[in-house]
Amino acid sequence: MATEHIDLNVKVVEMRDIVKKFGDFVANDGINLTVHKGEIHAILGENGAGKSTLMNQLYGMFPPTSGQILVHGKPVVLDNPQKAIREGIGMVHQHFMLVPPFTVTENIVLGMEPVKGIKLDMAKARQDVKEISERYGLSIDPDAKIEDISVGMQQRVEIRKALYRGAETLILDEPTASLTPQEITELIHIMHSLTADGKSIILITHKLKEIKASADYCTIIRLGKYIDTVKVADVTENDLASLMVGRKVTFSVEKPPMKAGDLVLDVKDLHGVDYRGVEILKGLSIQVHKGEILGIAGIDGNGQTEMVEIITGLRKATGGQVLVNGTDVVNKPPRFGFEHGVSSIPADRQRHGLVLDFSVAENMILQNYGQEPFSKKGILDQKAIGQYTQDAMEKYDIRPRDAVRKPARTLSGGNQQKVIIAREVNNDKDLLIAVNPTRGLDVGAIEYVHKYIIEQRNKGKAVLLVSFELDEIMSLSDRIDVIFDGKISGSMTGDQANEETLGMMMAGGKVQ
Amino acid sequence: MSKLEKILQSAFFRTIISILIGFAVGAIFLLIVNISPAEAYAKLFSSIFSNPKSLSYCVVYATPLIILGLSVAFSFRTGVFNIGAEGQFVVGSMAACVVGILVPAPPIVLPILCIAAAAAAGALWGIIVGFLKVKWGINEVLSMIMFNWIAFYLSNYIADLPIIKNEGNAEATKNVQEAAMILLPKSWIDSLGLCNSASWGILIAAILAVVVYIIIEKTSLGYSLKAVGFNRDAAEYGGINANRSVLIALAISGAMGGIAGATNLLGIGQRIAIFTAQESYGFQGIIAALIGASNPLGVFVGGLFYGAIKYGGSRLNIIGAPSEVVNVIMGTVIFLIAISHIFNFRLRKKKKGGDK
Repeated sequence: MATEHIDLNVKVVEMRDIVKKFGDFVANDGINLTVHKGEIHAILGENGAGKSTLMNQLYGMFPPTSGQILVHGKPVVLDNPQKAIREGIGMVHQHFMLVPPFTVTENIVLGMEPVKGIKLDMAKARQDVKEISERYGLSIDPDAKIEDISVGMQQRVEIRKALYRGAETLILDEPTASLTPQEITELIHIMHSLTADGKSIILITHKLKEIKASADYCTIIRLGKYIDTVKVADVTENDLASLMVGRKVTFSVEKPPMKAGDLVLDVKDLHGVDYRGVEILKGLSIQVHKGEILGIAGIDGNGQTEMVEIITGLRKATGGQVLVNGTDVVNKPPRFGFEHGVSSIPADRQRHGLVLDFSVAENMILQNYGQEPFSKKGILDQKAIGQYTQDAMEKYDIRPRDAVRKPARTLSGGNQQKVIIAREVNNDKDLLIAVNPTRGLDVGAIEYVHKYIIEQRNKGKAVLLVSFELDEIMSLSDRIDVIFDGKISGSMTGDQANEETLGMMMAGGKVQ
Repeated sequence: MSKLEKILQSAFFRTIISILIGFAVGAIFLLIVNISPAEAYAKLFSSIFSNPKSLSYCVVYATPLIILGLSVAFSFRTGVFNIGAEGQFVVGSMAACVVGILVPAPPIVLPILCIAAAAAAGALWGIIVGFLKVKWGINEVLSMIMFNWIAFYLSNYIADLPIIKNEGNAEATKNVQEAAMILLPKSWIDSLGLCNSASWGILIAAILAVVVYIIIEKTSLGYSLKAVGFNRDAAEYGGINANRSVLIALAISGAMGGIAGATNLLGIGQRIAIFTAQESYGFQGIIAALIGASNPLGVFVGGLFYGAIKYGGSRLNIIGAPSEVVNVIMGTVIFLIAISHIFNFRLRKKKKGGDK
């Protein structure tokens, strides 16, 4: 922790008793926040707790209904982002606001380009960008195009953009949602070098681990209400979780001993190529039995994505077999695998899992829309579909309950994921594939998702879990296979696993 | 959301406003050429509403626009863009014309055969484009525009074949047989005072509107087509054959383009002239679809409106006003409807931030 940089005498931002109403809905109900110079201050809350609303007010997107905002002790009215920027407040949004075909430099100076007469002074722009980069160890090619660089790099561009505009206080909205574990470590490093230079950071997140790893103070919001501000060093992850959801949260997953049965998924010597045509699966074999969870651990890009795409029929294999209950489903359409027992929770829930413009009800029948009772002689039975959806929403606690006919787009991420889980679990197939099933979800939602996955296993289903979250793999899996360079490089049982051995195997090392 | 806000944000309200502004802009142009807008618009409306004959003319003008509008609207709802309705209209007309001239069949049967042939020709025109799209990823908009020209020259080629060609008049085909026509009975036309071209076409358009509504809103077929249109990846993940859906959507859309051609031919056209330029029916269909916000009922009303304006505009030169003013009005309307979508999008986006 970088507590030594904090200057408690300088309050860079103070929000007092902030209330924000949208019609009858109270999004923020009396929230207080004080951020000192050189401090990393986390704002913790479940999805929909009002974190983004609070920060949008600080960034001038809309004014509070009542309450006061002070910058350096002076009351300010921030009714547009330009004013916030002038007060030294910068924001990096969860979804980046960059122009993909423009270069890094062009994006950073966009809107405040240095000019020479009426001409753009790109040489000066590049020089400015380089200076900022060197100061904070944010190395990046100023001439690279945004569309060619990784998500982690794009985020650095966003951070630099805010710094270029003179930000003293930087708001980072869910900055790690789309980063790999390595990129997260680098980001935390960058954050610390910023605070060492006297900048302050407000970190919006629901990931407890990152708060522990980076933040000095943490303000907790629940259902729009201010709960507490704590010193991060004094609390455990468990304390934070309980404060956030308002009840005790269990991280350790309860599961009865495994009763593995017949073989369901038998992948033999699988070969496949990635989107560039380069061989990425080089003879991969895995087996999953009834009543067990097989976890696949590995660093992104070692073939796990392609493996799942082949099993679910979205990608062709160049060799090998995928037997599901004895039937080879390789190079068959997705429908074929589905009919022979494959269900899956896809990695990208908005791209593959849901049709966002369809209602929740329509999404619930994505595979079964042509079958009774949902459709009779080609005519959809809206009543049956509605009832089925209503039941599923009760059972899986999908909120809001009255969203049956509303577009899936309007649900929060956690509830969208619950819709997919409800659909796939209701399909009642022998094999359930879950890829990063808790990505971007808050603690409460993660707990639910894990519960359903374990439930499937206990009911005697075969579960294949692919995840980049090592904790998730270790706590859920009965067996773990490590994937490296397109092959399984090692196996262990779930209770043998620990982070070091797994980490080493994921990096290609051999374990004696 | 308050009731007023709901009305203000509805597509219907935006369309009405767009139409009113369209007339205002048309008035400015009329003033520039020194014609009283009041007089011109009075003429426009009086020529539409003056008697059953002109009203029925409006309906006759509107019929192909409605069906083409439905064709385009159907494609919009299923995620493809049928800019090729023009070509489907042309091949549909030609197919109906060939059958109508050459096939010996009694009344009632013959029109049905003609319309079926037109639907098949239009569907084929759509499927070829769909095939190019799913097989080699060729953008349907590009290939459709080219296929509009292929249809154009194909039609001229067929119209020039000796068996089809009218010997007396080198510029057109023979007339289709009397039995092929779908005109209303002469006695009805006389007693109601309708125009001589009044036909069953409008009934066909109404039936098609209902059919499109049912397919899109009520059937599992419509579900799968919409799923592919909204999110192809998720549809495929869910086991829907996306390529097949694209082909079906274009086939249905194309079939309607063809039927539009047939109803026009069997009602008012009777024969096909050698084209010297594209008739832009397809693009007028796009306009009807936009006015109707891709909703079958809306397209029906939008097509009627467009047909009436088109007919009324053709009467404007009686008072020396340029009939092009109608194009100014419709152009403005389309422009504003297009903008109003952007406006609505912005509103929605702003609200989303607020909901958080």
